[in-house]
Formats: sequence, C-alpha cells, structure tokens
Amino acid sequence: MNVIDVHGLVKRFGDKTVVDHVTMTVAEGEIVGFLGPNGSGKTTTIRIMCGLLTPDEGEGTVLGFDIRTDSLRIKREVGYMTQKFSFYEDLTIAENLEFVARLYGLKPLNEHVARTLGDLGLTSRKDQLAGTLSGGWKQRLALAACIMHKPRLLLLDEPTAGVDPKARREFWDEIHRLASGGLTVLVSTHYMDEAERCHRIGYISYGRMLATGTVDEVVRNAGLTTFVVQGPRLDQVAAALSGRSGVDQVAPFGATLHVVGSDKTALQAALADVEKEHKGVTVTPGETSLEDVFIQFMSGSKDNMG
Amino acid sequence: MKNGINSVFSFARLGALLIKEFIQMRRDRITFAMMLGVPLMQLVLFGYAINNDPKSLPAALVAMSSDPYTRAMVSALQTTGYYRFDHFAQSAAEAEFLMARGDVAFVVTIPADFARRVERGDQPQILIEADATDPAVASGAISTLGTVANQALLRARGMQETAAEAARGQLEVVVHRRYNPEGISQYNIVPGLLGVILQMTMVMMTSIALTRETERGTMENLLAMPSSPLEIMLGKVLPYLVVGAVQVVVVLAAAKLLFGVPFTGSLSLLLTAVLVFVLALVLLGYTISTMARTQMQALQLTFFFFLPSILLSGFMFPYRGMPGWAQIFGEILPLTHFLRIIRAVMLKGADLPAVATEIGWLVVFVALFAGVALVRFRRTLD
Repeated sequence: MNVIDVHGLVKRFGDKTVVDHVTMTVAEGEIVGFLGPNGSGKTTTIRIMCGLLTPDEGEGTVLGFDIRTDSLRIKREVGYMTQKFSFYEDLTIAENLEFVARLYGLKPLNEHVARTLGDLGLTSRKDQLAGTLSGGWKQRLALAACIMHKPRLLLLDEPTAGVDPKARREFWDEIHRLASGGLTVLVSTHYMDEAERCHRIGYISYGRMLATGTVDEVVRNAGLTTFVVQGPRLDQVAAALSGRSGVDQVAPFGATLHVVGSDKTALQAALADVEKEHKGVTVTPGETSLEDVFIQFMSGSKDNMG
Repeated sequence: MKNGINSVFSFARLGALLIKEFIQMRRDRITFAMMLGVPLMQLVLFGYAINNDPKSLPAALVAMSSDPYTRAMVSALQTTGYYRFDHFAQSAAEAEFLMARGDVAFVVTIPADFARRVERGDQPQILIEADATDPAVASGAISTLGTVANQALLRARGMQETAAEAARGQLEVVVHRRYNPEGISQYNIVPGLLGVILQMTMVMMTSIALTRETERGTMENLLAMPSSPLEIMLGKVLPYLVVGAVQVVVVLAAAKLLFGVPFTGSLSLLLTAVLVFVLALVLLGYTISTMARTQMQALQLTFFFFLPSILLSGFMFPYRGMPGWAQIFGEILPLTHFLRIIRAVMLKGADLPAVATEIGWLVVFVALFAGVALVRFRRTLD
C-alpha cells in the first residue's frame, strides 16, 4: 500500500490555479524530495495532503485515509513541519512539547516529552524560551514536536531554510535514521544536495508535476547534454555563447563554464564556432547535474506561461 | 550639491518615504476605513444622537377617577413635552412593576379624592414617582412640574393667571425619586462602568488572541494538529472568561466599598447576567479575531465597536433622549441590554421576570456571535 496516493489534485485561489492536476505516489519508508521554484505549489500540495486544505478537484488517500473526508484521522497520524517556525516563542522548549503531547493525548506525558528531548539532544536547553533559539535549534524543536506522536508520515515544508550546513547535515542524518525505522518522508526543498539525498524526487512548477523518479532518472529523462569549457577570458566566451541556437544555459562554475543544451548537434556546432573564435579555449564533455535540469525546467515553464 | 547623498535633508528621500507610507496606508483597508469611519461616526453620534434633556419620556398614569381636574392635570403634564402617558396602570403594584422593568420613567398617581379636595380648597396632592437611577433623565421633567401643574389647575377652575399668585401653593406635587432619592450620579455610573470595563477588556483581549496565532504563524500548526475549531474557540475564550470573573469581583467590591452603591437585588441573578454578557463579549472578540489579519486591525475593529457602545447604550447619555434610529442602533449592542439589567438588579432590586427579556437578548447575541465565529473560522485556511 502506498502511504501517499493522490490523483489529479487541483486547488484554485480565486482565478489562480495553484495546484494543477498533481498526481503522486509515495511508498512506505521512502524519502521523497519535492522540488520546485518559489510559488510553484509545493506548500499548497503538502497542505492538501495533511488535511489543512480541501482540493477543488481530485482525490486520494494518505495512510489509507481519504483526504476529503478523513482529515481528522490524517492529522493524528501525520507529522507536519511548517515552512515558517510555528511554535510558541514565549513558551520554553519543554512547554511547547508538553502542549503538543497533550493535544495528541500522549500518555504518560512526561515520559514522551523526556524521550523526545533526549532523542533530539534538546534536554540541556529544555527550559530555554523558543523565541531565543537560533535557526538550527528552532528547526530541531519543530522536528521534535512533529515526530513525538510517532507519525507514520512526515511532511516537511522547506525544513532547512535558513539553517547552517552542519545543522542541515545533522537534520538529514536524523531523517534517514527515522526513515530506516519505517517512517515515510515527503520533504520540499530548494537545495540540490538535499534532493540528492532523497530516494526519489518530484519536480513541480506552476502547479504542474513536470518530472518524477530517482535523481538519475530525472537527469537522464531530461535529455540534456553538457560540456565544460575552460580557458582564458571566460566572461567573453560566455557572452559569445549565450543566445546561440543550441545553447540553453551558460553557467560559470569556478574556473569553468557549464554549457547545457537539449539539442546535442546544435550545441556541438555552437561550441565548435566559439572554440575557433577564442584562442586557448578547450571543450570537454561534462556531466549534466540535477541543477542544470531544474534550471532547464524553470526556463521552460516560464516560456509556457509567457 | 543641494540634494546630495550627504545632505541632512533631501526632498527626494522624503518623497520616497511619503510614497511608501501612502501605498501601505492604501493596502491596509481596515485602517483606512477606520480613519474615515471613526470621525464620521463620532460626528453623527455626538451631533444627532445625544440629547441630555430627553423629552417624551414614557409614563404610567394611575388615576382613580376621570373628573375634569384629573384630565386637566394629565393634559398639562403632557404639554410640557416631558411626559408621554402610554401606560394606564390599574394599581400601584402594576405601575411599580412597569418601573422596575424600565418600561416607564415616571408613574403619576392622581388620587381618587383629587377633585373633591380641589373644590374644597383642601390642598390637593398628586404623586410623581421618577426613576432616578439616572438622575439626569428625571431632572428636567421634575423641575418644570410645580408651576405647570398649578397653572393648569387654576385654569381648570376658571381663575385668572393673575389671581393665581394668591392661590399658589395650594396644589402639592409630591415627588419621589425612586431607587436613588439623593440623585447620586455614581449610583448610575458605577454599575454601568462594570459593563463598559468588561466590554473594553474582554473584546479587546479575545480579538487579538486568535489574530496573534495567525500573525505569528502558529495557527497553521494548531490546525495541522488534532484540534477542532470548537476546541480552539473554547480554548481561546474560556481563559478570558476567568479574567472577566476577576474584573467583576473587583468592580462590585469597589462599587460597594468606595462608592457605597446600594445593591438591592439578587447577586446570583446579576452574576448569571454577567456570565451571559461576558460570553457574548468574548465571542464577539473572537469573531473580530477571525476577520482581522493583524493584531493592529483587531484593536481598531474593537475600538470601532466600542465607540457606539459607549455613546448609544445609555452609559454616558440618556438612552431615552436619543432619536428613534439611534435607539434601534442601541438595541443591537450587548452593552445596552447589560446596563439595563445591572441597573435594574443593583438599584431597583429587579427580579428575574423583570429582566428576563434583556437576558434573552444577551443569549441571542451569544448564539449569533458563536455561530458567526465558527462559520468564519472554518474558512481561514481554505
């Protein structure tokens, strides 16, 4: 049985279609990354799945419960971590956790709170006001609060925004530890390295799901060719390349240029011309990255909108 | 350079700030509406609705006979413009109940032997009982009374006004200022203040309570966890009910100890009414909370509701002095009904039947506000 199994979800706000026929399945124990630019409908989709919003069209189940009629039961079994820190800043860490534990009716209260504090290394700070915590600790509190009731599905909405690399790394280790225990995780993110830590990813743009699969599958299916350009005066080379037919992306990476295109022959022809015009420039085949694919998706969907 | 980047004052920079401010002002619709609405409302209410010398006050007549003298007396009182006889009581007890309920401001009793005494020149008497819970209301009506009544009587007997000088003093008008014989205005103000204080604090505190959750983003989390709209509403409303209870104790104790306001009625009846009133207020605050996007807006809406409550409820200015439209407006304010209840119970010793209608009104407000709040709340995330 799939933990998330939704078809054709549509959500409109006014005349704006924020989620446009999104279909998604997530199997038990999977960590699925949910990617897309800002305002692409990630948050809205997640809110539909945890019962905070009712879809205008489409149906489906989360943990076997109907998303339209069983939202109260979904709420009991899902842990949802909001994008913005949404616990009480004028309560201490322990008080926040006690509040959540009481809402879920966890007994015995103190045992649950103490265990959760210990699991996430929050015990030493339990009497600190949540408002005085740094970004990383706030995020840890939020995660603690949404896994305390032992949910079977975790929905994380950009959980690592504004968190430093070390805290991010620890956060992801924690997510993998939880997933190995059978927990299913759907996590939205902007970070490519985080996407690569997911079992599978889904890419959404302007409310539409454009690609799903493993990272390798998504990269392969995008059908992009990448070359790496090296040499002197790369700024001039970049200017000469952009806009030529066959060249979709030119991006500086350190002392090299990544040149990406969907039409391999046209791209090679363009590069050959530039190689001739600029002395000392070498072109070698490169590997297409997930980021290249996403940039391609984003510029592609902008064209659709235009 | 004149408008250089280093100068202390630059019109361009001031312009930038002004433009930004006006754009923000325009975006914040509620604040904008308040800026126009509040002065307009104050103007209309102070200008048209408030009258400190109310006329045409409802009065009950207890007349034992219908002789010409009695009729002359009644029509004379009516022509002063202060009295409007719309109740004709059969007995003193009936008139008493009408006054306790607040249906009449005066009870005029003309005894059965009135005509006989007039003809015998045997110092006739009429009795005017005035509801003095609000001393200001009765004062105009009472002050014109002696002269008017005497002249009317003399005219009825066919005497000339000049001859009236000699006869003056023959008629005795006995005035009873009921419930507040000394005309102490604190007796009227202090119980009213309980209502006003409750209205201000209860509505204000609950109106920001829910808005604070929305503003800080904690509402989304609250909704994602297993808590129902009803639970969230009660969870917000009940704590303030407790705060309200503390306020009631403080104000009632102060009324007794500091101001010596008499408490003639039943405490439990008053507390029941207070409970219903406070419930209506916190639910009103909660309803505001579902409408306002920021705490600032919630406070503004609270104030917008507070202003007419003070002016039209009969707290500051006599309710009966207001024109009809303002009285109708006053009826839809919970404070109006609560003031009637608390003044009736504390000063007049009114019992449940006398204030049942007013309590009923408060119950209607509770149901109405609770319904609106729950309906509006469901919509907040969708």
